[in-house]
Amino acid sequence: MADILKRNKALSVNPLKASQPIGGSLATLGFNRAMPMLHGSQGCTAFAKVFFVRHFREPIPLQSTAMDQGSSVMGADENVREGIKAIAAKSNPALITILTTGLAETQGCDVQRNVREFREANPEFADIAVVAVNTPDFTGSVETGYAATLTEIIRAVVPDAKATGTYPGKRKRQVNVLVNYMLTPGDLEALRDIFEQFQLRPVFVPDLSDSLDGCLTEDDFSPVTIGGTPLSEMATLGDALATVVIGPSLTKAALLLEERTGVPTYSLDHLYGLKANDALISALSEISGQDVPERIERQRSQLQDAMLDTHFMLGQLRIAIAADADLLNAFADLVQEMGAEVVAAVTSCNVPLLTRIPVSSIKIGDLEDMEQIGKANKVQLVIGNSHAVDTAERLGTPILRAGFPLYDIIGGYQKTWIGYRGTRQTLFDLANLVINFSHEEIPVYRSVYAQKPAGELTGLTDRALSCH
Amino acid sequence: MKSTKDIAELLDEPACEHNKKEKSGCAKPKPGAAAGGCAFDGAQIALLPIADVAHIVHGPIACAGSSWDNRGTRSSGADLYRIGMTTDLTEQDIVMGRSEKRLFHAIKQAIDTHSPPAVFIYNTCVPALVGDDINAVCRSAVERWGVPVVPIDSAGFYGTKNLGNRIAGDAMVKHVIGTRDPDPVPVQRQGITVHDVNLIGEYNIAGEFWHVLPLFDELGLRILCTLSGDARFREVQTMHKAEVNMMVCSKAMITVARKLEEQYGTPWFEGSYYGITDTSQALRDFAKVLNDPDLTERTEQLIAREETRIRLELEPWKARLKGKRVLLFTGGVKSWSVISALQDLGMVVVATGTNKSTEEDKARIRELMGEDTLMINDGSPKELIRIVHDYQADILIAGGRNMYTALKAKIPFLDINQEREFGYEGYQGMLELVRQLALTIESPVWQAVRAPAPWKIKEHGGQKSLPTLQQEAANG
Repeated sequence: MADILKRNKALSVNPLKASQPIGGSLATLGFNRAMPMLHGSQGCTAFAKVFFVRHFREPIPLQSTAMDQGSSVMGADENVREGIKAIAAKSNPALITILTTGLAETQGCDVQRNVREFREANPEFADIAVVAVNTPDFTGSVETGYAATLTEIIRAVVPDAKATGTYPGKRKRQVNVLVNYMLTPGDLEALRDIFEQFQLRPVFVPDLSDSLDGCLTEDDFSPVTIGGTPLSEMATLGDALATVVIGPSLTKAALLLEERTGVPTYSLDHLYGLKANDALISALSEISGQDVPERIERQRSQLQDAMLDTHFMLGQLRIAIAADADLLNAFADLVQEMGAEVVAAVTSCNVPLLTRIPVSSIKIGDLEDMEQIGKANKVQLVIGNSHAVDTAERLGTPILRAGFPLYDIIGGYQKTWIGYRGTRQTLFDLANLVINFSHEEIPVYRSVYAQKPAGELTGLTDRALSCH
Repeated sequence: MKSTKDIAELLDEPACEHNKKEKSGCAKPKPGAAAGGCAFDGAQIALLPIADVAHIVHGPIACAGSSWDNRGTRSSGADLYRIGMTTDLTEQDIVMGRSEKRLFHAIKQAIDTHSPPAVFIYNTCVPALVGDDINAVCRSAVERWGVPVVPIDSAGFYGTKNLGNRIAGDAMVKHVIGTRDPDPVPVQRQGITVHDVNLIGEYNIAGEFWHVLPLFDELGLRILCTLSGDARFREVQTMHKAEVNMMVCSKAMITVARKLEEQYGTPWFEGSYYGITDTSQALRDFAKVLNDPDLTERTEQLIAREETRIRLELEPWKARLKGKRVLLFTGGVKSWSVISALQDLGMVVVATGTNKSTEEDKARIRELMGEDTLMINDGSPKELIRIVHDYQADILIAGGRNMYTALKAKIPFLDINQEREFGYEGYQGMLELVRQLALTIESPVWQAVRAPAPWKIKEHGGQKSLPTLQQEAANG
């Protein structure tokens, strides 16, 4: 549906894109007692760590194979094996992921072989899952790196139904939920609540709401993640009633899971807006065989009411969105459901989903592209990450902060966007941004014949007119 | 790519204490147990504050994508440094050998859009490995467009952040410094000889140097350039004409000071603007090296005036902070310069990190804190938390990296590194420092987060039954 406009300039200015290893790390951080290790130079890890710390305001477990001049030229197999061994011995994790960077891939690494070699040499660490993923940063984005890593983790730790005797529905209340990178810890908590109202027990894969939700624990310090999906749960995915998949980027992971387990899949693009949440609730009602609880019905009608209240502000509003494909798609649906227009859609890299996002064209580019397209189309509101705040300022529009990273606000990682309630709050936020932002007012006209007091004129002209 | 010989030359720094050890520079990082940045990180941090330059990161997205939009350092005007620029290399560029061409066009695009006085090119791992000749690309770009284009060959795998600082400094000495003479002095005041000086390694974090700069103006010291806080390209060009250089608070850029001494005979000294004692000392050292009796006299007057003023203002805060115990964990020179600031306040430094300090730094620490001070080499989060508990420290002062480690362990924390939001330099900065120290140490939240939930308290008398409460209410 959408025209895809490819990159046509040499320099990327104010990048929107974050790298695949960041996405792979994020997926790993949603598992319990996990440690991602980037295969590259130390800086690859240091930058990724700062990125996450600024966003989540939490200590982040993240390691490096620390490639130096010698290993970059002569080969870094030893770095990978040594790195795995050091983490295994020191931190006793349940899961280690090895995520390649551009440096390692350019050099020609073979991390899968390195993991096999480690296995052979170190049988004492056989109970630690070690998953190698190719996530070079010269291709893809956070979204693709996250999806690839999740796929490989499933491949490594979900057993085959035939081999282990799992079968769909053995656990009568369990539903597997594959969630993409755009669901925040706050979203997952809200989603769990929705599932539980249908008497269902969701197993989130991965579960950032348990590991990066800003929880203060009894322990002073842990070198690996505290919380997140336990690997023991992964072995039970084959016994679930159904699998719900949120996000088109996870299609491959979902297919693999279904192939392994035979558990039927329900695919949802996202959970923003009335229509999307209707699809979720219908699916849960079908899976559980239960009627929709009254509380949810009520939340739905609250959302409908909010849609009526806010359509005055959001109708025909000219919006620019800069986000990775899944998130771009979700926001495009949400705002168009309200009658707003997406006048600038910018994303970080080309993925199959783009062609079916319901906007006229999508630019693969950066925040400078959004600024230029937005300016040309007289954009009135920007949706993007914290980097886009300066862009919005130059465009003279308000901004709704969304995506990665959010470093200039507190608690961005915890915001709930999904469900009828989350959607309602998002609509309120959008509408408030519009009504609180000064917009073009009709210029005052003073008749030459008017009989206004003479002193009024001087006082008025000096003062800027407020629209409130 | 830099050869091993080039890197060895940069690591060999005769002016640095570490040089005398068997292995110069820092230890080789260990896979799976590594922390800290890379050479690119160090080079970018060192030069990004030059505010009017177009800073282009040549590499795939990870290098610039996770690091642009650094808000720590402040500019008084130009803000081109806030615009993130990268060649964002793709698989096609790398496989087909098109990355040099992309860089060339990227330079043109930056010049066309922003007309910067100069373009800096940061080389990163991938183009270094495939063999891009960024020096040649920069030369061609200069020929074609007549704008200075400076190569900074800083692939991450060359080494540590510290090496990156040196690479950056070396690039400035080689390509920028000495390419323009300073403007004539704009304002002459009667009876005051204006002296030209440089500061090296001052980054104007949170604008903190603006606490100090007015004092320079008052004394008639013209700062040709601060490398690199709030600097402009045309200022860096003139650094060779200074009468004296001051190395501020970090040895990372020592190469610049040494080379300027070798090439232009400029003397240099080390100092810091953290704390009253050090700030006064730095001003005195300028007067001393410049050997101007009138300046010395005016400096002493200024110091006396400022110290009296600030000590008076600090008095109420000192009472609140006196005797509080501090664990300081920060690298290099900062460890001793901050110690003196804390001692000015009557605080007790119970231990300090020294893994990046030189022997000379350590000697100074001993001088300040006594022989039996605990010097910490293992900076792992677990170890830091243990020391905080064992030594009953009231606060941990460290880099932002350790902030959430401390908070998770429910330990008061003050950020001292470059990402921080507050400026602590100079006399005036001490007021901000005490305010921040008191803010966290005296906060009621520590009590709130350390105490267990009321229903978890098992002690007798801790709980009151409903009838008791009702009775109490009835009794009024």
